[in-house]
Amino acid sequence: MQSFVDYLKFNAVQWTITFVFMVLLFSFMVFAPHTFLHSRIYIAYLSTIPFAGMIAIAMTLVVISGEIDLSFPSVMAASGFTFAKAYAFTSSPELGLVAALATGALAGVVNGVLVVGFKVPSIIATIGTQFFWRGLTVLLAGGLALNMAEIRETAFHHLMVGRWFDWLPAQAVWFALLTALFWLLLNRHVLGDHLRFCGDNSSAAQMMGIPVARTRISVFVIMGMVTGLSGAMVCMEMASWWPTQGEGYMLLVFAAVFVGGTSVFGGQGTIYGTLVGAIIIGMIEAGIISSGLSGLWTRMVYGIVIIVSVSAHAFLTKYSKK
Amino acid sequence: MSKPLIELSGITKSYGPVSALKGVDLTLYENEIIGLIGDNGAGKSTLIKILAGVERFDSGRMTYLGQDIEPKKYSVSTARRMGIETVFQDKSLGESQSIWRNFFMGRHLHNRLGFIRVAHEKKEAMRVLTDIIGLRGVGVSANAPVSVLSGGERQGLAIGRAMYFDARVVIMDEPTTALAVKEVEKVLGFARNLKVQGKSAIFVSHNLYHVYDVADRFLFFQHGKIRSELRKEEATPKILIDTLMKCS
Repeated sequence: MQSFVDYLKFNAVQWTITFVFMVLLFSFMVFAPHTFLHSRIYIAYLSTIPFAGMIAIAMTLVVISGEIDLSFPSVMAASGFTFAKAYAFTSSPELGLVAALATGALAGVVNGVLVVGFKVPSIIATIGTQFFWRGLTVLLAGGLALNMAEIRETAFHHLMVGRWFDWLPAQAVWFALLTALFWLLLNRHVLGDHLRFCGDNSSAAQMMGIPVARTRISVFVIMGMVTGLSGAMVCMEMASWWPTQGEGYMLLVFAAVFVGGTSVFGGQGTIYGTLVGAIIIGMIEAGIISSGLSGLWTRMVYGIVIIVSVSAHAFLTKYSKK
Repeated sequence: MSKPLIELSGITKSYGPVSALKGVDLTLYENEIIGLIGDNGAGKSTLIKILAGVERFDSGRMTYLGQDIEPKKYSVSTARRMGIETVFQDKSLGESQSIWRNFFMGRHLHNRLGFIRVAHEKKEAMRVLTDIIGLRGVGVSANAPVSVLSGGERQGLAIGRAMYFDARVVIMDEPTTALAVKEVEKVLGFARNLKVQGKSAIFVSHNLYHVYDVADRFLFFQHGKIRSELRKEEATPKILIDTLMKCS
């Protein structure tokens, strides 16, 4: 019983975000029953939400460790580019994915070295690397998009972003697996514990023998690799790569993380919160349009949802510290 | 006479042009509590960081149970593995992390893949905190964040985890600073309990009454050296104050 009461008390943030989600879903069902009482919209969500969702899940770990990564939209473009090039040279999407993951990991190492080695605050370092990766990619691509229509014929395409059983978007399955894996990592693994303490109080972490430098670099590398995975999957889904890839993801990802209740001060955050945050952010636009409002409403509703959620989290955090 | 646990001779440490320690000689015996007294900037915290494995000493000799310690190979984790555990004033805990995570901070019980044995850790943490430390806060569970504990209870947690991991030496850095009166009594109780359990400790405090209460021997620090030493039998709080005045 005690543990159940604790469960309610120490998970207030998760309850809030779940409540916000239910309210939104319910109002969409009321105002747009022809859309939200049928399965098609949910299947569409399963195909669109995972790309930003995966990055948001990885970003949650970064923010919990007290860091931030603003470079991911460019890293996404860079790894999408290496994916497209590797596929063009070898005709193997598998090798393309390996190239994308390697690019992401490299970008993560660069961020990690700047932050840990040169002690540049991550918010500044990753602004720099954001420009760098975007610039390098655009330069190498000559500013042109790459088309790879024939990738749709490969088995690997079906495995990663196909429609399993003719309806289930594969990316939703990978997203679910990744989410489960990261939940385990954050809550049950030593690395997740180290991340929490690095973000909570890095000098205490240092004094208590936690390998702070190694932990920080690892979180940037994990972030880079997930970004690379997402970049490659977007290329496969669209069967093309384009130079501005990833640019629209910046706000979506951070909105998902902070709506999900992760603290910008580090040390606190949940995978569940980010998952629900990503779903909320991902469902708003279609919900508004099918409720009969014009697309001009979208941004404002995003704004309201974000403001309401983060205010509720701030209030709850203050209240629960007493 | 019991045998020496830690022996330091001629330990020096400089930060650039500033020399913080200028040849410290110190011996800590088994089942003994040393009180380390000195003004701000005398070098106490540098010495503690060296003993804890946070900083490396430049020259001199440190032995533990007669074994020489190589400064390059001496880190926080090696110190803890050898049984030297440090409780830093406010740098020992992650405030918003749960009690059980703090209890096992930096040395979780995990399997080969690095997955933590969560249920077991929660049980062990609560057992130690209730049995050994006597934590009786209402509604406190292993999942509660450390921030629900009082200042004294937090020190208790840090000392309790040292005992759980079977530390032979517990170094306490200003454990009673910024605590309410009742809380101070608790923490002094924890320190006395270490002695009962056969452990050794180094107790650093500004408050001479607190040091007098728990320590067997008093060392006075000044300008990076130990200037004088008193045994409990030859000291009173008044004598301690007079000696400190001479040393600052």
